[in-house]
Formats: sequence, structure tokens, C-alpha cells
Amino acid sequence: MSRVELTVNGRSVAREVEDRTLLVHFLRDHIGLTGTHVGCDTSQCGACVVHLDGRAVKSCTVLAAQASGGEVVTIEGLAAGEDLHPVQAAFREHHGLQCGYCTPGMIMSAVDMIRRYDGQLDEKTVRHELEGNICRCTGYHNIVKAILAAAGTMRQEDMRAAAE
Amino acid sequence: MYQTTYHRPTSLAEAARLFSEAGDAAYVSGGHTLIPAMKLRLSAAANLIDLRHVGELKGISVTADEVAIGAGMTHAEVAGAAEVKGAIPALAGLAGSIGDAQVRHLGTIGGSVANNDPAADYPSAVLALAGTVETDRRAIAADDYFVGLYETALEEGEIVTRVRFRVPEAAGYAKFRNPASRYPMAGVFVARHGDGSVRVAVTGAGNSGVFRAAEMERALAADFSADALKGIALDPADMMGDIHGSAEYRAHLVTVMARRAVQNLGQALAFV
Ligand SMILES: Cc1cc2nc3c(=O)[nH]c(=O)nc-3n(C[C@H](O)[C@H](O)[C@H](O)COP(=O)(O)OP(=O)(O)OC[C@H]3O[C@@H](n4cnc5c(N)ncnc54)[C@H](O)[C@@H]3O)c2cc1C
Ligand code: FES
Ligand code: FES
Repeated sequence: MSRVELTVNGRSVAREVEDRTLLVHFLRDHIGLTGTHVGCDTSQCGACVVHLDGRAVKSCTVLAAQASGGEVVTIEGLAAGEDLHPVQAAFREHHGLQCGYCTPGMIMSAVDMIRRYDGQLDEKTVRHELEGNICRCTGYHNIVKAILAAAGTMRQEDMRAAAE
Repeated sequence: MYQTTYHRPTSLAEAARLFSEAGDAAYVSGGHTLIPAMKLRLSAAANLIDLRHVGELKGISVTADEVAIGAGMTHAEVAGAAEVKGAIPALAGLAGSIGDAQVRHLGTIGGSVANNDPAADYPSAVLALAGTVETDRRAIAADDYFVGLYETALEEGEIVTRVRFRVPEAAGYAKFRNPASRYPMAGVFVARHGDGSVRVAVTGAGNSGVFRAAEMERALAADFSADALKGIALDPADMMGDIHGSAEYRAHLVTVMARRAVQNLGQALAFV
């Protein structure tokens, strides 16, 4: 057993878990955050993407013990109360989801992507960057639209914040 | 996944000591080869020794002749390093073409080179750039390092610490991806060095792992152009053949990718 200590969505959590516990199972089964999904056993689908120490990772391919001491942000940590994060709002606005299974991972990857490119995204880059996220439903068109729209909103918000 | 015990050393010496004391142990770096294998119970180490917190494995240094990359550097770190992009742009491009963004955030050069997957990208660059694999025990020339499928010259418990690459005059990488796994079905790294020699290394296609294509090297040393490769066909008997593509198909792909690498120097291109 290992004592795993993490900051999850800004809150400190600590649990004694088996060393083989995957981060995704730690989040879902031990602290009850079931927004992060498991969609494959080959590390390919991206339904499990969370941010670990500021970078998008597949939480099905990291042990909780490896992550211990770090900071994790999950889909539950994005909204500010009732106010959706701009990427969440854009997925709703642009119909970026159907069944919703892939959506938490898509959104966490999108937030990471927008940050890495400083909001300077085009359609080709978004499609390329979505290599690690698979959606069985949407055909990607509206996911790509939503990410581009959110990147635009976030750039404007940044510019407004900088001007103030 | 079977039960395992996790260890977190903070120095090379501590990591090596934990390994030798543990008996049944495996190092884990990015974990993006090992953890999937453990999940499928294809691999089952009783002890996992995490190298991610060993500071000695971090860092990149570049001189006029050489790029040296710490084994713990992630694919994303290598792809984004201005000094690597400046010295060997095809190498930075190769790192940025591995897997997907999330894989690149954790997967490391040390793990890739230690694992020597016959379809991994990095081994082709190590071989074509006359690389040297440094370990906690010695330095191994690339030509002696890659032994076969998932097989290297590493001994039990030996830790890859750095990978050094010779800075070429010009280099390019082109790969054709398997549409399902996204690993290369044929990836060719071509490098022309200052002494006039040319090295061509092929990954994904060979039936005993990464290899140098001698006939292509001779042709390109005489005439460094894509046309020099016209008509060179590798022997399908040396190629992998499986449900994804026959040996003949892979042999053909190698020549096509080699030509594209020469036509696009300074880049790493992925097709499909
Ligand atoms: C979805 C997916 C797609 C991928 N696509 C590609 C691809 O297109 N091309 C490609 O090349 N790779 C691909 N990979 C593999 C990825 O690049 C791995 O990260 C890499 O091959 C292994 O690096 P790692 O740090 O994750 O190693 P780990 O998984 O931590 O370790 C791999 C092996 O090396 C050993 N090891 C690790 N570090 C050291 C060290 N410093 N010294 C000695 N032994 C060590 C371990 O014991 C283990 O046996 C993909 C992986 C995934 C999950
Ligand atoms: S569940 Fe993690 S990649 Fe599919
Ligand atoms: S919305 Fe159903 S899998 Fe993407």
C-alpha cells in the first residue's frame, strides 16, 4: 500500500491505496470524481485525460503513486460554480457532444491545447492535436468548431484582462 | 494489473541500489510502454523503480558537434527545445511526431531507447545520427546498442542516462503510420555527416528491429538526392510481414519514405 497525496481541483486529498492503483481509479473510486472516464485498455482513446502538474495526461496510464505529490485538475475542476469554463460552454453551444462519453477528456485536452498554443489555433492544428482523443459519435466537426470558438473567447478574455 | 510495489529514488545511485536489492524489479520512466503492458498482464514486475524524480536524467546540452539529451526528457520537452530545433530540426520534429500530445507529455527518450520497440521512432535517429547511448556504467555506440526486437546491449539493472547525437550537415525523417496503432510501418531517418558519410536507418519495417540500409547509404554518399534511391529495393526476406502489411509492401514503403526524407531535409514528416 502507498499513501497517495494529491491536490485535486485545488483541494488536498490523501488516501492509502494499493501501489497498482491507476490515477483514473484513484479519482473515480477513491475520491468519487467520476467525470473522468475509461474508454479503452490501450491508452489510445483519451476519455481519461486530466491535467497533472499543468499538462494533459492519460490518467489510465499513470499510477496514483507516480502522481503523488502533484496537482491534478479534472473536468469537475473547470467550472467556477454555475459558470461553465469557456471550453465547456463552447461544447454546449456548438453541439460538440452526443453521448458525452469522450467529452470530459476532449475538454481537458482542448484546455491544454489552447494553453500550449496561446489560443492561436486553426482547424488543421486542432484536428492534429486531437490525435489522442477518440469520439465514437460526433464525427469531430463540432468538437473542432467548439475548440476554435473557445480559443477565440479565451483570447478575448485574456486581452480584456490585460487591458484592465 | 498484478500487485507491485512502488519506489521513488531521487538519485541514480539510489535507483541502482533499489533495483539490485529488489530482485524482481523494473524501472519506470514515462510509463507509457510499461504501464499499458502491466495493465494487460504482459509484464509484471514486483517492484517499480520510478526514474522520474532522478534529477541526473534531466537536461539537454548542445555543442557544435553534438546534441546530448538526458534520458528523462519527455518527447514534448525534446520537441519544444529551441536548441534541439536549431541543431537537428528533424530530431525535434521526430520527437513531436511520437504518439499523441498526452503520450508526449510523459513518454521519455530513455524509455523509448531502452525498450527498443521495432516500430519506435527514436531508434532510427540514434542510429542515423551515429548516436551514443550513455548508461550509469558505460557509453555504447548506436551500432552496438540495438540488438534485435525489444533487445539492446543493456545489462540487467543498467540505466540509460543520456543519449548523444552527432550533429549532421543535413537530416530528414519520413514515416508512414499504421492507421490503427499510429506507430510507423516504415520510418526512415537519413543523415549526411560532415565527413561525407551518409547514414540511413529504418524503423518499423525490419524483421529484427531498427537497421541501417547499406545500399541506400552508398547510393546517397555518391549522389545525395532522392533520385539516387530510384530502383533500390530492399529484400522482403528481411522485412516484417503481418496483417497490417506484407513484407513486400513494407520493403516498398521504405524506399518511398527514404526518398521523402531526402526531399524534405530539416523536417520530420508523417504520412497517413
Ligand atoms: C497511445 C500510445 C501511442 C504511442 N505511439 C508511439 C509512436 O508513434 N512512436 C513511438 O516511438 N512510441 C510510441 N509510444 C511509446 C511511447 O513513446 C513511450 O513513452 C516510449 O516508448 C517509452 O518511454 P517511457 O518513458 O514511457 O518508458 P517506460 O514505459 O517507463 O519504460 C519502457 C521500458 O524501458 C525501461 N526503462 C525506462 N527508462 C529507462 C532508463 N532510463 N534506463 C533503462 N531502462 C529504462 C523500463 O523498465 C521499461 O522496460 C506510444 C505509446 C502510447 C501509449
Ligand atoms: S482510457 Fe485512457 S486512453 Fe482510453
Ligand atoms: S460524444 Fe459519444 S463518444 Fe464522443
